[in-house]
Amino acid sequence: MKQPKIYKLFIGSIIILALSVLSSLAFGARLVSFQEIMNALFTGDNSSFHALVVRERIPRTVFSIIAGASLGVSGALMQAITRNPIADPSILGVNTGASLFVVSGIAFFHIQTSSQYIWFALIGAGVTAVFVYGIGSLGSGGATPIKLALAGAATSAALASLVSAVILPRTDVMNAYRFWQVGSVSGATWEGIITVLPFLIVGMVIGMLSTSALNALALGDDVATGLGVKTGLIRILSALAGVLLCGATTALAGPIGFVGLMIPHTMRLICGPNMKYIVPMSAVGGAVLLTISDIIGRLIGNPGELEAGIVTAFFGAPILIIIAMRAKVRTL
Amino acid sequence: MTKDNHNAIILGFEHRKIRWFTVTILLLILTLLLSTLMLILGNIHYSPDTVLKVLLGEEIKGATFAIKTLRLPRMLSGLLVGIAFGMAGNTFQTMLGNPLASPDIIGVTSGSSVAAVFCILVLNISGNTVSFIAVVSGLFVAGLLYALSKGGSFTGGRLILIGIGIQAMLNAVISFLLLRANQYDVPAALRWLNGSLNGIQMKNIPGLCIIVIVFGTCNAVLGKHLKILELGEQYATALGLNADRTRLLLIMSSVFLIAFATATTGPVAFVAFLSGPIAVKLVGTGNSNVIPAGFVGAILVLGADLIGQFAFDIRFPVGIITGILGAPYLLYLLIRMNKRGGAA
Repeated sequence: MKQPKIYKLFIGSIIILALSVLSSLAFGARLVSFQEIMNALFTGDNSSFHALVVRERIPRTVFSIIAGASLGVSGALMQAITRNPIADPSILGVNTGASLFVVSGIAFFHIQTSSQYIWFALIGAGVTAVFVYGIGSLGSGGATPIKLALAGAATSAALASLVSAVILPRTDVMNAYRFWQVGSVSGATWEGIITVLPFLIVGMVIGMLSTSALNALALGDDVATGLGVKTGLIRILSALAGVLLCGATTALAGPIGFVGLMIPHTMRLICGPNMKYIVPMSAVGGAVLLTISDIIGRLIGNPGELEAGIVTAFFGAPILIIIAMRAKVRTL
Repeated sequence: MTKDNHNAIILGFEHRKIRWFTVTILLLILTLLLSTLMLILGNIHYSPDTVLKVLLGEEIKGATFAIKTLRLPRMLSGLLVGIAFGMAGNTFQTMLGNPLASPDIIGVTSGSSVAAVFCILVLNISGNTVSFIAVVSGLFVAGLLYALSKGGSFTGGRLILIGIGIQAMLNAVISFLLLRANQYDVPAALRWLNGSLNGIQMKNIPGLCIIVIVFGTCNAVLGKHLKILELGEQYATALGLNADRTRLLLIMSSVFLIAFATATTGPVAFVAFLSGPIAVKLVGTGNSNVIPAGFVGAILVLGADLIGQFAFDIRFPVGIITGILGAPYLLYLLIRMNKRGGAA
């Protein structure tokens, strides 16, 4: 794709993102007008009720942008490394792995702060990712989509039983987990955002830097090696970035599925196979998707709200089905 | 073919038949043994003698209530649900040619769960209506799967991938319903996530029993055809089997089994998934393993429920035990299958 066009696209999506941010501040159980949002943001007015409502909505909006961007990039990276169209944290069971570690942490090690959550979630996500990919790539043909999906689904099911076994005797953990496991951006606080931010930045930077090597990897391992790319190293680094991004997001928001699946695919359709464009565009696209999902959840669930994870699963699962239907049977 | 060869083939055939019979009988005995244990064990252990007397209608203070109202429904539901999951799971796996393609992975069980959860939590209805709606919903999901994957070969991986997608979507709905439910209690939620035999009453049993007998027989009879289907579409047609009709019948009867079982106990994790492969291991290939798979299912559910009730300080629901016991076997299966390239 030509340079000017991709810039137009990028600017266009940034504008869409800005619009969705404004809507995220405006919509909810109580509708706040544009004028009042501006007042609340740019004047130090603490007195009016609307200003307080908008303040309350700022952290979750910021977090939905960050989380969406991370999940989008994470999905793009995982799909590129595995050269597999259905690689996504939720399908590979990585989210459930993170859940199990966090739940065990709460139950056995009495962790409480979000920074401790993150470490447990990251380790859980990493271990599960390696494990599922390892099992999925055994045998002839390497990690085919169907083998990976089955390994992920089965591992997820097994881990979910373990999670239940851990939480069942502990009602307090059960209650916290029940809301965490759906995946929601509503619980975001500034403190939590600041804790996950370093992890996400590191993941993003590695992701962006590895794009040209990933482009080479798309040509096949032999060609990539011929072009001077250390395929093993780049796989490990990008996988690390992918796990950092989705693990840290999961720690704060709970498992939000399918953002990492839908967004890179859509971006590949829009701006072609060049990873240099796909990765940044996936970040913007993921942010837009999650913010909008959160808004939809708030509007549908009014006066309560529908967790963003449920909304994304509803949009995302049909996309997976479409991918499966369009893919050639041979490659499945 | 020389006469010796012929004899060897006949001998092998006889041999496999004998093995099938022995294994099936042993499984049956084990099932009955566990069923009896379910009645004997509890907060108070009753002697087999007492259990027999109570079952024959004698009134014994305390024992009659404990056995007839609490333990008997629990045992019967475990037995029937195990058979239902085992048979249906085995049928799906054989038909799709992939041990991982059991109904609890490709979304059919979730389809029934969603309907049951919706009926119970939102519409506040219970009993056989729930089972009926669960069946309709399960059939709908199975039909949807079939329709969406029609483009490729039916046994291909496409159906499984689409099923995993549908499963994810349905699970989101279940999560949503559970979160929204007013004053639902923790055990109720876990039942719909994992499956449990707690709180089953005698009135739930007859419907389930009829379904298991009717459709279980149906599956067992069609099991012979299932062996032919396993050879592949062309062979099946060449051997004079109406592949589409047989498949439709098998799917229908399996979905009935699964939906009724799910509406009664919730989706007991991994039973549908594990029974088939275990039965194949025990019986060996070459024989229909529908009936052994049913017994293995019952043994898994009853055994896991006994473990869940008595092995720990806390009583775990049966689905958690089957989930944890099933996990290592599942991983072993995944590794072995992928090494042979079976799932590709």
